[in-house]
Amino acid sequence: MSGMTPIVKVVARIVGGFVFLFGCYVILYGHLSPGGGFAGGAVLAAGFMLLRLAFGTTAKQEKSTSISSSVFESTGGLMFLLIAILGLFVGGYFFANLFPSFGTPGLLVSAGSIPLANIAIAIKVGAAVISVFVLLASTKYIFKE
Amino acid sequence: MKIFPVLLIAIPLGAAFLVPICFKIWRRLAEIITGLAVAAVLALSVYLALFLPAGQPLVYLFGNWPIPIGIMFVVDKLSAFMLVVVAILVFLSYVYATKYMDHFTGPGKFYTLYLLMLVGMLGVVMTGDLFNMFVFMEIAAIASYALVAFGTEPEELEAGFKYMVMGEIASLMILLAIAFIYAGTGTLNLADLSQAFAVMDKTPGFYFVLVLLVFGFSLKAALAPFISWLPDAHPAAPAPVSALLSGVLVKVLGIYALARVIFNVYGFSRASDPLVLNVFVILGLASIVIGGLLALRQKDYKRLLADSTLSQVGYIVLALGIGNEFALIGALAHILSHALGKGLLFLTAGAVEYRVGERDLTKFSGGLGKQMPWTSLSYNLGALSVAGMPPFLGFFSKLFIILGAVQAGMIIPAVVAGLFAVVTLGYLLKITNKVFWGKEGVKGIKEAPFVMVLAMVCLVALLLGGGVFFFWLKPNLLQPAADVLLQGVKYAEIVFRIGAGG
Repeated sequence: MSGMTPIVKVVARIVGGFVFLFGCYVILYGHLSPGGGFAGGAVLAAGFMLLRLAFGTTAKQEKSTSISSSVFESTGGLMFLLIAILGLFVGGYFFANLFPSFGTPGLLVSAGSIPLANIAIAIKVGAAVISVFVLLASTKYIFKE
Repeated sequence: MKIFPVLLIAIPLGAAFLVPICFKIWRRLAEIITGLAVAAVLALSVYLALFLPAGQPLVYLFGNWPIPIGIMFVVDKLSAFMLVVVAILVFLSYVYATKYMDHFTGPGKFYTLYLLMLVGMLGVVMTGDLFNMFVFMEIAAIASYALVAFGTEPEELEAGFKYMVMGEIASLMILLAIAFIYAGTGTLNLADLSQAFAVMDKTPGFYFVLVLLVFGFSLKAALAPFISWLPDAHPAAPAPVSALLSGVLVKVLGIYALARVIFNVYGFSRASDPLVLNVFVILGLASIVIGGLLALRQKDYKRLLADSTLSQVGYIVLALGIGNEFALIGALAHILSHALGKGLLFLTAGAVEYRVGERDLTKFSGGLGKQMPWTSLSYNLGALSVAGMPPFLGFFSKLFIILGAVQAGMIIPAVVAGLFAVVTLGYLLKITNKVFWGKEGVKGIKEAPFVMVLAMVCLVALLLGGGVFFFWLKPNLLQPAADVLLQGVKYAEIVFRIGAGG
């Protein structure tokens, strides 16, 4: 598919980067401000959708996205589980804080293992939302085959 | 042993996330990982059930936060008993599914959902926090919606959608109740909540929240007025999943949660609040009668079994409502015997469907007993157990429920429970008559594959063993689990004492 009109493409090209940047901001500052892994992951997925809708896609592209998003989704889940299990070895308890006295409270580098957990959740949620989108968008290719 | 509750969640959850990746590498690897995870869960839960000392629950604090702040797992004898019930059936269904799922596409997705459903059920059973219970409940429920619609035939998609709508209404009610509880008490920890409820004014709002919770859990358990989804949803799933849905999912999401909240958090008992418990007696009796009568008229193999589930779940709730020691032992024994028995019957339905490709009883001409002797034998023995014939486990569970009713002076429930045991035998023998007995009808049908027969025969052996060794089962598994329900709000004291001690 060739996507939408040149106007949409130009605007999406400019806005797309900002959407991704904002998504990363929401994820990384999740422990300090409203937001976090879930919201940030959804914003990242929205940026992806914006570009996909504006520039169009092919059946081959949809298929590879669907595979990689399912792999990323599992990776995010495994990362979160790994953080929880590492707590078992570091602090002696499942989900124990990995870096209890690292960083300054209120600054970006703080809050122990929570930012790491946020990143894992962002990967998981972003990939899941993208795979739902790809499934809905690629239905017509599946039925054509 | 302290780390076991965490392992029980982490192993199947990790396996669930590994399966989609490994499936892309080698098809059988996903199956092997699932098998290892399920076997590990079975081993851990059997160990917990046998060696956990009574009155000394395991309390695991996540991240070592003190009790009302953090999330915790509490594994007492009741949780351990439920863990074993879930683990046995999940393991045997897995053994069965390795062959049965061959003619479905996308086994990678199947095993992921299967493991996630397992994680949800284990979490509901072990958690000591109301909101955490809700989250695990949703994990199990959402995985089961997808599994019901796994065949993606129009009928299955419709059943899955209907199941999802009804299930989410139930979840919404539970979530609403949780919101009210949090607004009113400021805590969601079950033990803490139990102490907060004890000193609370019994305002209409208090009872409104109770009604919301009972409504939500009853819908999840498909009690009498809320039955419409179950006879659609359970038959539509692949057979090993049907066995899990009817065998353990309704009991974990509905009955276990209900029993835990009613007996250990609210602290109701027959002596102090007969009115509340009488509601369960009525709900249970209505389920027994409606489910039994629906099953008598049913013409579809799996739908008949699903209707029978309604009736048998009614027995468990009736026994919880009676609420004395005999009845509670009966309720727990019935959870075990019905999980194994109905699981077995659904597996036989799958075996017949696998070989014959038919579920409509009017289209069978009988005689499968000669061609599929093991399936036929398993079905007949399982049907005898579900109907409550000695020497199977089902006999003792119904016997204890009726004994409890008589002891509490409730003659009508006892008579209805006894009468509908006969009705149960009636509708289950209908399948024996139409499918397995009689002269050979269709030629050239073989016995089901070995692993499927193996799973069914194991379940028969467990039912028979449970009945013969009931004198061992009762003091070692059932009695301590019933004591947890009977101790009422002392649950909170014990949890706080052990949680503070580390």
